[in-house]
Formats: sequence, structure tokens, C-alpha cells
Amino acid sequence: MPRISHTRPGEGRTLPRPDSDHGWLRTVRDGFFSGWISGAITVVFVAGLATILPSVWRWAVADAVWYTTDPSACRAASGACWAVVAEKYRVILFGTYPYDQHWRGALVVLFVTGLAVLSSVPRLWSARLFVVWAVAAVTVAVLMFGGIFGLPYVGTNQWGGLPLTMIVFITSVVFGLPLAVVLALGRRSHLPVIRAVCIGVIEIVRGLPLVSVLFMMIILLPLFLPSDLTVDKLLRALIGMVVFFGAYAAEVVRGGLQAIPAGQYDAAKALGLGYWPSMFKIILPQALRIVIPALMNDIIRAFKNTTFVSVIGIFDMLGATKASLRDVDWVRYSTEAYIFVALVFFLYCFAMSRYSQFIETRLGREDTR
Amino acid sequence: MALLFTSHWAAMFWNDAKIRGLIYQATVLVLVLLALAYFALNAQQALQERGITTGLAFLGQQSGFAIGEGAITHDASDTYFHALLTGAINTLTVSIASIVGATMIGLLLGIARLSANKLLSGFALIYVELFRNTPQLLQMVMWYLLLTQLPGPRDALSPIAGHLYLTNRGINIPVLENGTSLFTAFLLALVLVVICVTTAFRLMDRRLRNTGKANGRFAALAGAGIAALLGTWLLLGTPTTLVSPTLQGFKYRGGQTISPEFIALFFGLSLYIGAFIGEIVRAGLQSVSRGQLEAADSIPLSRYDRFRLIVLPQALRVMVPPATAQYVSLLKNSALGVAVGYPELFNVTNTTTTLSGQALECVLLMAVFYLSIALTISALMNLYNRRVQIKER
Repeated sequence: MPRISHTRPGEGRTLPRPDSDHGWLRTVRDGFFSGWISGAITVVFVAGLATILPSVWRWAVADAVWYTTDPSACRAASGACWAVVAEKYRVILFGTYPYDQHWRGALVVLFVTGLAVLSSVPRLWSARLFVVWAVAAVTVAVLMFGGIFGLPYVGTNQWGGLPLTMIVFITSVVFGLPLAVVLALGRRSHLPVIRAVCIGVIEIVRGLPLVSVLFMMIILLPLFLPSDLTVDKLLRALIGMVVFFGAYAAEVVRGGLQAIPAGQYDAAKALGLGYWPSMFKIILPQALRIVIPALMNDIIRAFKNTTFVSVIGIFDMLGATKASLRDVDWVRYSTEAYIFVALVFFLYCFAMSRYSQFIETRLGREDTR
Repeated sequence: MALLFTSHWAAMFWNDAKIRGLIYQATVLVLVLLALAYFALNAQQALQERGITTGLAFLGQQSGFAIGEGAITHDASDTYFHALLTGAINTLTVSIASIVGATMIGLLLGIARLSANKLLSGFALIYVELFRNTPQLLQMVMWYLLLTQLPGPRDALSPIAGHLYLTNRGINIPVLENGTSLFTAFLLALVLVVICVTTAFRLMDRRLRNTGKANGRFAALAGAGIAALLGTWLLLGTPTTLVSPTLQGFKYRGGQTISPEFIALFFGLSLYIGAFIGEIVRAGLQSVSRGQLEAADSIPLSRYDRFRLIVLPQALRVMVPPATAQYVSLLKNSALGVAVGYPELFNVTNTTTTLSGQALECVLLMAVFYLSIALTISALMNLYNRRVQIKER
């Protein structure tokens, strides 16, 4: 009987016998010298690091000035001048907020960070969280504005630094998410006029650069309102941030709505639920759950995007840092100051992205239970 | 009684879903129209008070400001329209350069993340985390800062002595003898190589299917590559020498000077988006199931064909939609050029608005430009997406 085969004879690869050796030598070989290409990469990397790392070390650590109030001490040293951070951190972190009131800003940062950490614990997820955030918003406003409880009044034109970054971030997310849900529901509505309006808003906002949206809010909004009505500059920027975040998140939420099987909609209808009850009790709780990881991406981006307000002259942490470096004595150490700011942003964003991974695996586990 | 009660309510017109829908829509329509009318009236009044006449007539006036760089030069005596055009061309230039850069960085990062070499995958991981978790604008500002801290023209750094000079006024690189920039040449070569090599692959696959012959593949590929490079050389007008920049006074002449503003924007866009593309590539490659790889091994395909015929088509399907979103995001964030002083469209619009006072028209023109380019990218990528999607019978 002839042997019939679909494989090309002689071309199959014979795999080597599995190695029984699991020692550290094996780990090193697999991780760094598994083939001649891998070996070459390792050699190039080691050589590269050996040339770069010592000079980086000398600049950042060995020859660096860690603390001094005298900029000429930095000029004498050949390394980094981290003293600029110690010198300017109050301006970087709090902007032009009155110096003796900085504790209020610090409290806002701690408060908002703590609340964000609490809100990320799945066990605490409930409608009560919205109440907590509403109370928090009032508290933050009282702390920042003052004017009551013996706190001196501070106008938004003096706000700045990390508290402002936090406020811009939290406002865009807390007001942007409900807007996103409304826009996403509208985009999937059976009513053509409502669908058209929502598609129009989403696509136009998503098609524009964020800086141009902010620019419109600053330049065009006053034009469209009565001339005797002036809207606070920060508020205008915040509206722009909310609408931008809302339009992006709306598409994420829409993805979640589409992923809900039609049977769920039918079941809600069969129970006699109207449109809003069926959405709030049946569809949205499931849809939002699915899209949490994707929403986290948008939320992290919203945090990074807060820096855009510095372009229109609002002193968020980046804007405040830029302003603090107008000081001719310290301007030459701008790199060190920006590295500090980058580190602060990195800590927040990295924590959020790790959280996003955690929540993704956790939700995935619940689904396959 | 109960029956009467329900039928009484059912008879009311607002219990008819269709009529209720019409009422909702009419309400929304009226509210939207009212808001628009209110805005329009206010705007009209404000413009009248300021003595500004609306319309696009101002585009024909002299702009009164010059734009330092770009594919076309804009002088103070040129019109506003010309200024906006220059900005739009600059936006496209930096976006195309950055999209090419981000794609190449992303491909390398995605492959490096999956490498068995721990040093390489570790480096790629650190890069991705670092660049994704810090604001793009901050990165751009830092690039600009680093570039302007380079030495002045007289004691420029020259990593390739005599040809490449790094100064705080920009990076000076050679050009081809007829003045064509190296970047244009590179882009042209890239496009031609991709076209020739994919065509060669397609022809060889067809030959394999029809005749069963698989020999001479390396020669065919090498031939396609050489033909592409030769074609580039011919299209560029057969240049034979490079013209290197030379220092004359305080400026380098002869070569091409790339401004620190352009490079800061280019780095800020391509290195940042590249990190995201890298994750998309990694996720795409990982999304191909093991069964597919084992099936490929059992045919048996060579490692290379396995990647080209089994892994890549399936990975592309996963990669194209999120990559599109990143490209559109890159284009839009080129507006951050305003922060480093690169004259792209948003920056020029900003200046034009201030000088002409025609805020409404300027913003509208800018919005139309960004919207149409963003939609064009989406449409092109959708077209490509349709090609790489599964063809179900």
C-alpha cells in the first residue's frame, strides 16, 4: 500500500530532546544566549550600558548637587542640580496659590488621591460612591476657594500646580463619564434626531485636537454668550476638558452597549421595564463593567492631558514649572525640574495602569467563574 | 372597572411609543435650534460691537508675519490664506514623518517585547512604561529643552565628522546633490521597497500554487529590493554625491537644517505614539492562537513563512483598528507644536486669529482641516482593514 503524505518529505524539523537541566546556567543561556542573534544582542546591550551608565551615574548621582540655596554651587558642579527641586518645589506643586495657604492645596491632593484609591476597590462600588464624590467636590471647592470658615478667599486665577492638575483631572472624569453615557445611549437611540445630534457631537469633538477645543472655549465661547456674562477662564477650560473626555469615553461605552446580547434588552422589555429603568437596572451595569479596562485607558490619558491647559495659560503642574523656571538663576537646571515633574506624573499614571491590569484580570476571572 | 381604568390610560396619546418618540425629538430639535440661534445672535452682536465683518474676505489680505520654515516659505507680504496653507503643509509634513517614525519604533518595540532575550525585552518594557506614563506635552518640552542645550554652531557636535552637525539652532544633515532631502529619498525608497517586495512575494506564492516550484525565492526577493532601490535612484534624478553642510559665519549652508522645533515635535509625536503602537503590535502578535502555530508547523512551513502567511495576516486584523486611532491621535496632537513654537496649522491659526481678529472663521477653517484629515486617515485605514479582515464565505 503506497504511503500518501501531504507534507513535503524531508522538510520537517526534528526538535531536540527536551532538556532536563533547570539550573541557573540554563536560565542565563535561554534568557541571554539562546542563539547567535540573541548572543549578539546581549553583547551589544552590555557594551552599550557599560559606556552609557557610568556617565549617567556621574551626572545624576556622583557629581550632582543635592541641596543648596546658592545656584553658583550648582554651576561649579559638573553633574545634575537637584537643588532646583528643593528650591522650586513649592511653586511647581502649588503655582501662584498664596504661600501660607499651600496646606489647603496639599490637603486637596491628599483628599482626592485617597478618594480615588477608595473608589478603585471593587468591594466599595455602589451608588453611595456618587454621594461621596459629590460631598468631596463641595469639600474641594471650599478648600480651594475659601471665603468661609475663616479661610481667606483665593480666586481661580491664583490656583495652580498639582491641586489644579487634580481638579482638572477629576472634573473631566466625574462630569465626562455621565456625559459619555448620555452620548453613547443617544448614539444608539432609535430616534433619528437624537442619534444625529449625538453622532455630530461625538465625531466633531473627536476629530479636533484637544488644544483647539480648549482654544475655542477660551476665544469663541465669550463670543457666543451675552457680552455682560463672563465665564471664569478655568471653568471654560474645564468645560472643554469634560466635553473632550466625554466624546472619547462615549465611544468606549458604546462598545460596551453593543456587547450586551439582544436577549438582555428583550428580557428587560419582557419585565415591563421602560427605557430608562431597563438601561439603568439591566443594560448599563453590565455594559460599564465590560468597558472598565478600556475606560481606564481613557482616564489615564485624561490625567496626562491635563498638561494641555498650560498651553492656554492655566498654571497646572507643567505650567507652574515653566513659570518657576523664568528665574534666571535656576533656568539652566530646567531639565532636573522637568524630570521631577515627569516622576510625579509617572507615579500616578503607572499606578493607574497597574490598577487597570489588575481590574482586567479580576473581571475576567469573574466572567469565567 | 380595572379594565376601564387601563383602557382609559392606554388611550392617552403619550402612551404611544411612536408619538412619545416624536415629541422627544421635536423637543431636542427645538432646544438645539434655540441654542444655536441664541449663540448666533450673541455672536452677531459682539462682532458688530467690535466692528468685525464676518466672511472669508480677510484671507486675501497681507498677513504681516513671516513663517520661518516649511516646504513653502511664507513672507509677511503673503496673504493670510497662504499663511494657513503653510501651516497645513507643515502639519502634514510633521505628521507623515512621525507616523512613519512611530510605526517603525512600534514594530521594533512590539517584536522586542516578545524576544527571548531578557535584556531586549526588558529594555522594550521600560521604554513602553516610561513613554506611556508621562504626558506627551512634557516629553515634547523636554526634547526641546535638550535640543536647545546643544552647543552653538561654532563648536557643534559632529558624530559623523564633516557631514552631521548638532547645534542649538538645529541639526544639519547633508542633502543629495540636486537638493532633495534625505528624508524624501528615504520615504520614496521605503514605499518602493514595500511595493516591490510584496509584489515579489505575491508572484512567488502564485507560482508555488500553480507549479509547485519554490526555488529561487531569495534571488527573487533580493532582485525586487535592488530594483526598488534602483528605481528610487532613477526617480530622484540619478544623484551621485552628497552635499554636506559647511559652517559659514554663524550658519551652516549647503546641507539641510532641521530646526529644533521640528525635531522636538517629531520626537514628541513619534516616540510617544511609538510606545502605544509597540503595545498594539505585541498584543496583535500574541493574539494568534497556539493552535495556528502548531498547524503551521505540521504543514511544515519554514519559520519565516509561518510568520508571513499565518501569524502576520491574523495579527494585522487585530492591530489595524487601534493603530488607526493612534495615527489620528498623532495627527491631532501635532497641534502641540504651538508649545515648542513649530509653525503647524494650530500655531498659525492662533497667530492669524490674533492679527486679523477673525476668530470664528479661523477656528472653522482649522476645524474643517483637522476633521477632513482625521476622516481621511480613518477612511484609508478602513479600506485597508477591509482587506485584512477575515473573508467569510
